[in-house]
Amino acid sequence: MDDDAVFKALADANRRRLLDRLYARPGQTLMDLCDGLDMSRQGVAKHLAILEEANLVSVERRGREKHHYINVVPINEIAERWIATFQRPQLSMLSALKRTLEEEDNEPK
Amino acid sequence: MSPSEESRFVYVTFIRTTPERLWEALTTPEIMRQYWFGMILDTDWAVGSPWKLVFTDGRVADAGEILEIDAPRRLVIKWRNEFRPELHDEGYCRCTIELEPHQAAVKLTITHVMERSESQMIKAVSGGWPAILSNLKSLLETGEAVISRF
Repeated sequence: MDDDAVFKALADANRRRLLDRLYARPGQTLMDLCDGLDMSRQGVAKHLAILEEANLVSVERRGREKHHYINVVPINEIAERWIATFQRPQLSMLSALKRTLEEEDNEPK
Repeated sequence: MSPSEESRFVYVTFIRTTPERLWEALTTPEIMRQYWFGMILDTDWAVGSPWKLVFTDGRVADAGEILEIDAPRRLVIKWRNEFRPELHDEGYCRCTIELEPHQAAVKLTITHVMERSESQMIKAVSGGWPAILSNLKSLLETGEAVISRF
């Protein structure tokens, strides 16, 4: 949604750690996420809210439980914003290479 | 079912469009082809009908059945891989697509679930969805998909 919110959310080591944990095990509850972290439950909840606001974490409510998932769609958009541009010359270089090599193999297919 | 006995991911994107336009983009082959790397989903969009996702060369990538359809809000489909034996053997998973108006945009949520832990199928589709959703977002918001090949 908002690039600034995504970059701000990613700028904090604790929040990146929460994303790492959700990447390793999707669908954790707040209690699962607090387990083994030296952060208060309130602190984890606050960081999760910022991640959710940036759309980096998606939430699914099942009954009374709230399950959290890492949502990489905004990260993918950041990557495509720059990487897709740089890929184009490489891709055309690769297809040129492929054409050249296949032409050398003068067996018509 | 506890999360440990299943594999699930939930992807969310916000697209500046209307639910009707987004629904049209999700269910119209000519539009789908532009953001789904040339693939189309072939079905008559009725509950109980089969569907198949077809590669540009005509091979079937995935297939399944329409379980629920409520335009332009909710679509639930049964889903199985058809071209990689190790994924095909995992059987059917379930994909739920939900559209909700959110301020000037639509919140699009894709939930893909397999009732087994460590599903390779869920791992495989989770590589595709973010790129498809980013593409769909830029197509609807700017009229152009970013990546035409995967």
